[in-house]
Amino acid sequence: MATVELRFSALPEHVRTARLVAAAVARRAGVDEAVLDEVRLAVGEACSRAVGLHQSSGVTAPVKVALTEEEKQFSIEVGDEAPHAVAGGDTPGTAQDGESEVEEDEMGLAVISGLVDDVEVTTGPNGGLIRMTWPTTPPATTLV
Amino acid sequence: MDLSLSTETVGDRTVVRVGGEIDVYTAPKLREQLVELVNDGSFHLVVDMEGVDFLDSTGLGVLVGGLKRVRAHEGSLRLVCNQERILKIFRITGLTKVFPIHTTVEEAVAATD
Repeated sequence: MATVELRFSALPEHVRTARLVAAAVARRAGVDEAVLDEVRLAVGEACSRAVGLHQSSGVTAPVKVALTEEEKQFSIEVGDEAPHAVAGGDTPGTAQDGESEVEEDEMGLAVISGLVDDVEVTTGPNGGLIRMTWPTTPPATTLV
Repeated sequence: MDLSLSTETVGDRTVVRVGGEIDVYTAPKLREQLVELVNDGSFHLVVDMEGVDFLDSTGLGVLVGGLKRVRAHEGSLRLVCNQERILKIFRITGLTKVFPIHTTVEEAVAATD
């Protein structure tokens, strides 16, 4: 089970909330302070992309964010429920994306892959998932 | 934190001072500001990003859009930024090759192609 789960209406104004929560949970999990800016940016990009996909395809479901503290690592999963075009196939019912939207979507993914070493993007007809993982360091001192 | 915008004319340059967070929510306000400036005939823009705490790809998209608009009028769009966290985003997207990035507003205003 995720350490913290977040569901928010697919609106741009909530992306900041997701960034703040993700950074706070990542800090608690022991993600290096120097990397927190990257976590904040990457989760913001993933959420912005999900919001854009939901809005352009008329999906009313919320965007889901799962923040999970694991042994020696911290992972963030951002899931959308937008129907993704499968490579080489038609996706009926999908709104035709404007060129700029496609470009922004690609730029968001470019930023994520530039920032995060361990990232996995999966898409299917019922939605997509971006999974990002960062190493954590145990606290330097242990409280007795 | 929201986005703050202010403009100032220095010679034939217009300096746009941006503060706060440029993200998917606030970027449209910056886009409107840049479009308005170009529509009003300001084709040489200097965007001062020193007060920016956060920038994402939506913000980058708006800056690229602004550059496209001023270039259509043979204008320029220069950035002022010293913050490593912001510069990093320009680097990983390859946009450091697209935008002239200066360390001070004075330098950007004085710069010519």
